[in-house]
Amino acid sequence: MSTATDERTTARRGKAPAGERLADWADGRLGVYGAAKYGMRKVFPDHWSFLLGEIALFSFIIVLLTGVYLTLFFVPSMAQVEYHGSYVPMQGQLMSEAYASTLDISFDVRGGLLVRQIHHWGALIFVVAIFIHMMRVFFTGAFRKPREINWLFGFTLFILALFTGLTGYSLPDDLLSGTGIRFMEGAILATPVVGTWIQMLLFGGEFPGHDIIPRFFVIHVLLLPGLLLALVVAHLILIVFHKHTHYAGPGKTNTNVVGMPFFPVYMAKAGGFTFIVFGVITLIAGTVTINPVWTIGPYRPETVSTNAQPDWYLGFSEGLVRMMPGWEIVLFGDYTLNLGLLIPLGVFPAMLVVLMLYPFFESWVTKDTREHHIAQRPRNVPTRTAFGMAWLSAYFVALVAGGNDVWAINFNLSINAITWFCRIGFFVLPVLVFFLTRRICLGLQRRDRDKVLHGRETGIIKRLPHGEFIEVHEPLPPAERYKLTAHEQPRPLSLPPAVDENGVERKVGPLEKLRARLSRGYYGEQAQIPKATAEEYREITSGHGHH
Amino acid sequence: MKKLSARRRHPLAALVVLLFALAATGGLYAALAPAGEAQADASETSIAVEEGKKLYLVGCATCHGSEGQGTSDGPSLVGVGAAAVDFQVATGRMPLQQPGPQAPEKPVVYTEDQIAQLAAYVASLGPGPAIPAEEEYDPQAGDPAVGGELFRLNCSQCHNFTGQGGALTDGKYAPDLTDVDPRFVYEAMLTGPQAMPAFPDTVLSPENKRDIIAWLDAVNTEKAPNPGGFQLGGYGPVSEGLFAWTFGIGALIAAAVWIGAHTAKAKKS
Ligand code: HEC
Ligand code: HEC
Ligand code: HEM
Repeated sequence: MSTATDERTTARRGKAPAGERLADWADGRLGVYGAAKYGMRKVFPDHWSFLLGEIALFSFIIVLLTGVYLTLFFVPSMAQVEYHGSYVPMQGQLMSEAYASTLDISFDVRGGLLVRQIHHWGALIFVVAIFIHMMRVFFTGAFRKPREINWLFGFTLFILALFTGLTGYSLPDDLLSGTGIRFMEGAILATPVVGTWIQMLLFGGEFPGHDIIPRFFVIHVLLLPGLLLALVVAHLILIVFHKHTHYAGPGKTNTNVVGMPFFPVYMAKAGGFTFIVFGVITLIAGTVTINPVWTIGPYRPETVSTNAQPDWYLGFSEGLVRMMPGWEIVLFGDYTLNLGLLIPLGVFPAMLVVLMLYPFFESWVTKDTREHHIAQRPRNVPTRTAFGMAWLSAYFVALVAGGNDVWAINFNLSINAITWFCRIGFFVLPVLVFFLTRRICLGLQRRDRDKVLHGRETGIIKRLPHGEFIEVHEPLPPAERYKLTAHEQPRPLSLPPAVDENGVERKVGPLEKLRARLSRGYYGEQAQIPKATAEEYREITSGHGHH
Repeated sequence: MKKLSARRRHPLAALVVLLFALAATGGLYAALAPAGEAQADASETSIAVEEGKKLYLVGCATCHGSEGQGTSDGPSLVGVGAAAVDFQVATGRMPLQQPGPQAPEKPVVYTEDQIAQLAAYVASLGPGPAIPAEEEYDPQAGDPAVGGELFRLNCSQCHNFTGQGGALTDGKYAPDLTDVDPRFVYEAMLTGPQAMPAFPDTVLSPENKRDIIAWLDAVNTEKAPNPGGFQLGGYGPVSEGLFAWTFGIGALIAAAVWIGAHTAKAKKS
């Protein structure tokens, strides 16, 4: 609501102060003033859900900084050495230099263990934050035009983060790292025709070889962080360019953004928030163990452990494999297709791609080409919300399946029972969740309508002279009423009449028919409750008073 | 002969057989037992065996058979050795209360002396591993580094990398080894209870067993140092992920809500 005022007193005579002259000098060459003015006058709306992306950003920065520190001491080599550091229960063990240097970071480098734990906790929280941020964008429809490209950028960041995590997790060469790499190798080998070639290319020979950790190191500290950083910048530039969405409210429309100016209010807030994020992650890292490689032990191909899972963000791929029965087909008598891995290997990217392409699907169905700058309330788009929840339920079933052994031992359940529950749940639950979510959304829409027309229940019971009891309803303030009725309720697409005005049969393609059906699913009668109109409101409030 | 076979099913037949058997055993014993005070030790053992047998007949015979030969409700105990009995009874697994996927640990129902007597009795049924002596399982005498390697090679696929326990098929599980008495660790390796394979001395030498015990002592007891802070159960990435999704992001979202709610009121300038 405020516009950053910038009175630059250019009209002053005489020599300007040194600072101003320096600024002028720089401005003359870099044009920073224009850029700064543009940036500083941006406003950023206030809502906690708009800070989720910030959590991701700040935790990414922490992970970058701590990663640089770790790189100073980490030795990305698979050469075998005998351990003689200060951790007694590992004395004299043969291990790779990668593992030995991770032990050194943990026990012999000043602050090393804390930094390692900040790096790893930061990485976990980074991906959690990306995930929740992405869900916020999804459920509020913030991916709609003009922000589709930024949705894709964000989604790519999510995928890159998964692989950055995977490669980082593999670096210390502990038992879990190695098991993870072994698992990945198995998945590669299960790929028909090209599998063995890719495996040889990636590992430079038979598993484990000597190349995989140095290669992962370069990917983890150089390639992926570089890409991440570049994309983060592009993501932020697009946000500035598009401006942020905001929730509907009085004066908050599709053509403006209402919030605090970037400078100084938002800067101060974001700066403060950075320190909160740093603080929380450091607090966790200082008190809670993560990846205690010293007890997990060095990797040897002949050792294995139960509870061997990837970090949570790849847990759902682990779960897809754990759910899948170990089917095999032998082709031509000697070529084995390992469906037990191949099918999960296909489902894993498919689940991601479905979510990635959803915005394009929706705009195809709705034929909506207008710009949208108002974040929607999930209940007002029941079909999308239901789809999102269904996707999430499949995702979380797979995530649960990925930890089946941990749940089994902790809740005294049978691991087989859990696996079967997940196998069935993976197919059944999304359907149930879809219909349930739509119902709930419609219920909430109905409640909004009631609230607008009849006001809020106060809990005060009044007895009328003739003995009837009624509850006193208090009318909502106008701003509230505005919020609850600001959303659009488009009509579904309708197919043109089957016969045109000249009586000639019109050709309607099957795709067009499908689109009309889907559109009814989005905007038809069973998908939205007509919102309260001004006439209805007036009629009710003027007539017999409200109760 | 005919008469005898006709009477075989007489209600008292079993009793008669039992009496004969007892008389025969008694007679044999009297005839064969080494004479008098020459072997005080042996007689002490035999008293223990006698006492153990009494306890056994009351508490165990229904499932394991009157002679330890096994029934449909419990396996044969011939040759399992004193170590198996000591492990099963002193950890409270035996006597089993009800059939299930696995005999759970329960409060111990016998005193130390009684357990020793039961063990002596079962040991008398056939040769098997004996209860180890204290120095055999002294964690201080082992090498934890070697033990750790052996543990990852032989045990962690079921018990997890530090022995926090793991799930097996159909509701069976490899239990948490935190603070398990070294004696039981040794006996478990020696006798292979239930779904666990046995690691006799030919597979894992006594020194190696002690090394494993030293490793568990170094990383998996209440007093073991936790340089990284709270352990979250030691289950690895699953519990870490759960923590990040609850406390981690929870604290940060709470902070975000707080900041979002405390907005500076805009001034018109
Ligand atoms: C309710 C039946 C039941 C009772 C009572 C019972 N057991 Fe058992 N016991 C079992 C079963 C069943 C197993 C096999 C468990 C398995 O392997 O899953 C077993 C296993 C054992 C074993 C391990 C055998 C091996 O192969 O290592 C020992 C030793 C043992 N019992 C001793 C005893 C003693 C001593 C008692 C009496 C104090 C006792 N049991 C009472 C049912 C019983
Ligand atoms: C095939 C899986 C498997 C392997 C391998 C295995 N165990 Fe076990 N372990 C079990 C099971 C199952 C039990 C539970 C037995 C019972 O309850 O009677 C068990 C029980 C134990 C116990 C008793 C725990 C208690 O709470 O009393 C100890 C100690 C033990 N194991 C140690 C080891 C050691 C040391 C090794 C490696 C040398 C090992 N185990 C290897 C499955 C395994
Ligand atoms: C951007 C997202 C990043 C994620 C998700 C991520 C994730 C991880 C993870 C999970 C580990 C295993 C850590 C452990 O337990 O020790 C790791 C290790 C490591 N990371 Fe990262 N990381 C990221 C960025 C970076 C960057 C930018 C650098 C360096 C410039 C870096 C350097 C390292 C190094 C050197 C290790 C190994 C050190 C060790 O294991 O102690 N990371 N990373």
